[in-house]
Amino acid sequence: MATQITINGTAHNVDLPDDVPLLWVLRDEVGLTGTKFGCGVAACGACTVHIDGEAVRSCQVALADVWGDVTTIEGLGTPDNMATIQQAWVDHQVAQCGYCQSGQIMNAAALLAETPQPTDQDIDDAMQGNLCRCGTYPRIRAAIKDAAQRLAEEA
Amino acid sequence: MGRVRTIARRTFLIGSAAIVGGVAFGAYQINKEAPNPLIAGDGEATLNPFVLINQDGVTLIAPRAEMGQGVHTTLAALVAEEMDVAWTDITVLHGPPAQAYYNSVFLGMALPGAHYKDTPFKHGMREQVGKVGKLLDLQATGGSTSMKDFYERMRHAGASAREALKLAAADRLGVDVATLTTKDSNVVTPDGTMIAYTDLAEAVRDITPPDVALRDKSSWKYLGKSMPRTDMVAKSTGTADFGSDKKLDGMKFATVRLSPTRAGMVSYDDSFAKDMDGVEAIIDMGDGIAVVASNTWLALQAAEAVEIDWEPASYPADTDGLRAAIAASLDTEADSLVRDDGDVNSGVEGTEITAEYYVPWLAHTTMEPMSATALYTGDALEVWSGNQAPTMIRDACAKAVGLEPEQVTLHTTLLGGGFGRRGELDFSTQAARIAATIPGTPIRMTWSREEDIRRDFYRPAAIAQFRGVVQNGTAALLDGKIAAPSVFHNSSLRQLGTVPPGPDRLHVEGAADQPYAIPNFRIAGHLTDIDVPLGFWRSVGASINGFMLDTFIDEMAHAAGADPLQFRLDLARAEHAPSAGVIEAVGDMSGWTGATPDNIGRGIGFNFSFGTPVAEVVEVEDTGNGIKINKCWIAADLGTVLDPSIAEAQMTSGAIYGFSAAMQGEITFFDGMAEQSNFYDYDAMRMHNVPEFEVRLLETNPFMGGAGEPGTPPSMPALGNALFDLTGTRARELPLIKTFDLIL
Repeated sequence: MATQITINGTAHNVDLPDDVPLLWVLRDEVGLTGTKFGCGVAACGACTVHIDGEAVRSCQVALADVWGDVTTIEGLGTPDNMATIQQAWVDHQVAQCGYCQSGQIMNAAALLAETPQPTDQDIDDAMQGNLCRCGTYPRIRAAIKDAAQRLAEEA
Repeated sequence: MGRVRTIARRTFLIGSAAIVGGVAFGAYQINKEAPNPLIAGDGEATLNPFVLINQDGVTLIAPRAEMGQGVHTTLAALVAEEMDVAWTDITVLHGPPAQAYYNSVFLGMALPGAHYKDTPFKHGMREQVGKVGKLLDLQATGGSTSMKDFYERMRHAGASAREALKLAAADRLGVDVATLTTKDSNVVTPDGTMIAYTDLAEAVRDITPPDVALRDKSSWKYLGKSMPRTDMVAKSTGTADFGSDKKLDGMKFATVRLSPTRAGMVSYDDSFAKDMDGVEAIIDMGDGIAVVASNTWLALQAAEAVEIDWEPASYPADTDGLRAAIAASLDTEADSLVRDDGDVNSGVEGTEITAEYYVPWLAHTTMEPMSATALYTGDALEVWSGNQAPTMIRDACAKAVGLEPEQVTLHTTLLGGGFGRRGELDFSTQAARIAATIPGTPIRMTWSREEDIRRDFYRPAAIAQFRGVVQNGTAALLDGKIAAPSVFHNSSLRQLGTVPPGPDRLHVEGAADQPYAIPNFRIAGHLTDIDVPLGFWRSVGASINGFMLDTFIDEMAHAAGADPLQFRLDLARAEHAPSAGVIEAVGDMSGWTGATPDNIGRGIGFNFSFGTPVAEVVEVEDTGNGIKINKCWIAADLGTVLDPSIAEAQMTSGAIYGFSAAMQGEITFFDGMAEQSNFYDYDAMRMHNVPEFEVRLLETNPFMGGAGEPGTPPSMPALGNALFDLTGTRARELPLIKTFDLIL
């Protein structure tokens, strides 16, 4: 039986077993590969998406349990129309291999929605679930602070 | 002591020939131009292997793996600088596997002699030997070689393309080519008329690109500047495609579960797994199984559900047994003695100290687990793989499915991290083999994280024993023995089927080749004969020896009653000015005084690797709630810095990779298998425990150095030395979490 979920504003009927994690629905069924697989056990944050605005590890949410509208990195902004936080990422030249950055950005976007002017401690607390093996953390921190500033100015 | 081999150029060349089965080569073959692998379609022009022009724009081929190090951006800048391509117009591709993209640096690195001692003549000799790589189709990314490799080649490609475009425009306009200039992807006439390169694509096809002199550094507009990375927008919007992101019609999803003992299977039972949801096929891979399913997760679940009885490992089954084997090899005949200055047995007077060090096994853990996509159609194979060795992988995939290399199309995608792991052939050939069982169906294969850690090619554990003598505040003698299984031999045997003769220089790099004027200085390399699969791990031998040697240097400084920074500076100054320069610079940056408050410790680490001397000062603090790293200052001398932002990122990245390993990285073995399996038991630094960084890039080095790896080796001893300064406890074994209460 198909399950209906809304992803980036579009409704999808997904014909997969109920226990398939949202991550693999997005990547293999819907074709949204911007969300990445890193560990499968919520230990790296590469699969972070938003459900009703809340950052979640999509590898831990079964298809049947998706409780609201899903936003992925593709829904946050596009190359021609980037979200403020994505623009900050570009301006600070954050990414190296780039594989973890979708998850980093989605997690940071949720942090800024909740805490518009995060302290270093807030950033540490919110972002430590997101692993980056290239070690882009100093630039991630700078980009988050810059995005916070820009969002405050835009508001 | 028995016979010790010393590498000679002759044995090396014979060794290279042996690799390819005795290929004959001479100056003619070496200098003959490799064919251009790019094929121009209608209305397109490909002026050389690096430039393709059509109506849509200019495409540059950057034939090195973009695994995060920014190589595509800077390789594109090398061409664009000379060719006057507007930065916003550039499209960069990996390009096909091809001889034209051979690595011209690798083989020269194997010539005898420490690199810091290179004269222009010796440097030229390395360059000539490096060109033999062309005959081997040696296209590979590693060894921090890309910028040295392409610094001239790709600028020449850009310059000759520019001149060809001017000739085409001169023909069209009937004017003297000398009156034309170029700017922002246009040829410009004296009256200011612009002809776009794209409009000249058809006309330039028949023009032979002339060879012209390169522009002077003083006129550079891209090189030497921090350019916006060409991959940055895609990587910030989820639109960058990695090997595990390829989408094809009718695609199925696969995973593998292969022997964690690195042996075969006794038997397997898939009777339950084959009926699980979405499972389409379970394939016997010989040393494990593959599952093809309608969804990756369903494939992963089924792979776990297959009951498999593994054959036992051929190496000692646990960490202690492996360690004992390494220790035993310290008493065997030395494989190498590439550093033997003075006479370490001459009875030098002074204070003598001895110490033994141990570093553990390590995994690479790239963020993207191993993955590849393949489509087999009977007489052809197409593979999408983020990889560091395209020509070898193309050939290996062909062999794996019984095709000729010409029948294989390999697309190198972006790499979700490399660190040396993606130079291996395994993941690409597995995808090819799985696809070959289902002709016409594209297969996207993704490993689990568990598979990625248990089937890694590890950085080996190692033991070093050092004896040092200090007198009058400086080092008079350093005698060292380093024991470990050989990464180079293990990898050569696996990938080339043979072990080149001569001593293993990678085994002692980071120790035997250090620019220290110690009058009696000997480093012996001892190889351990155990066959745990080994691979190149960011900075390779220097990742081991950087920690062990520099920590001992620190111990010698303390034994000599000298300031650790000044002690190194005195030893380096007489030997290699750029190395002394980075030690001085990092002292200046950090305001080094040798004294710190009670709850603060500072340490310095130094290593010369891949042509680049790097010094790092680390400051640690006892917070009362664990020890944290506050700050890290890095000074590196790259000779020429082609992109400061990217070079800075590589230095901090290298240091964080090193800190992660030094603090907590350790693979242990039980029953012949790695005991770690995911990030909860093999973790790395994260946002909350990463220090602030300050990086200074110097340009006094007479030869260009690498950037991707040299930041790693000095980070580990710098941290250990800082912890000694803070606590008075000397850790001679990694990871440091075993000795100190670090904040993880």
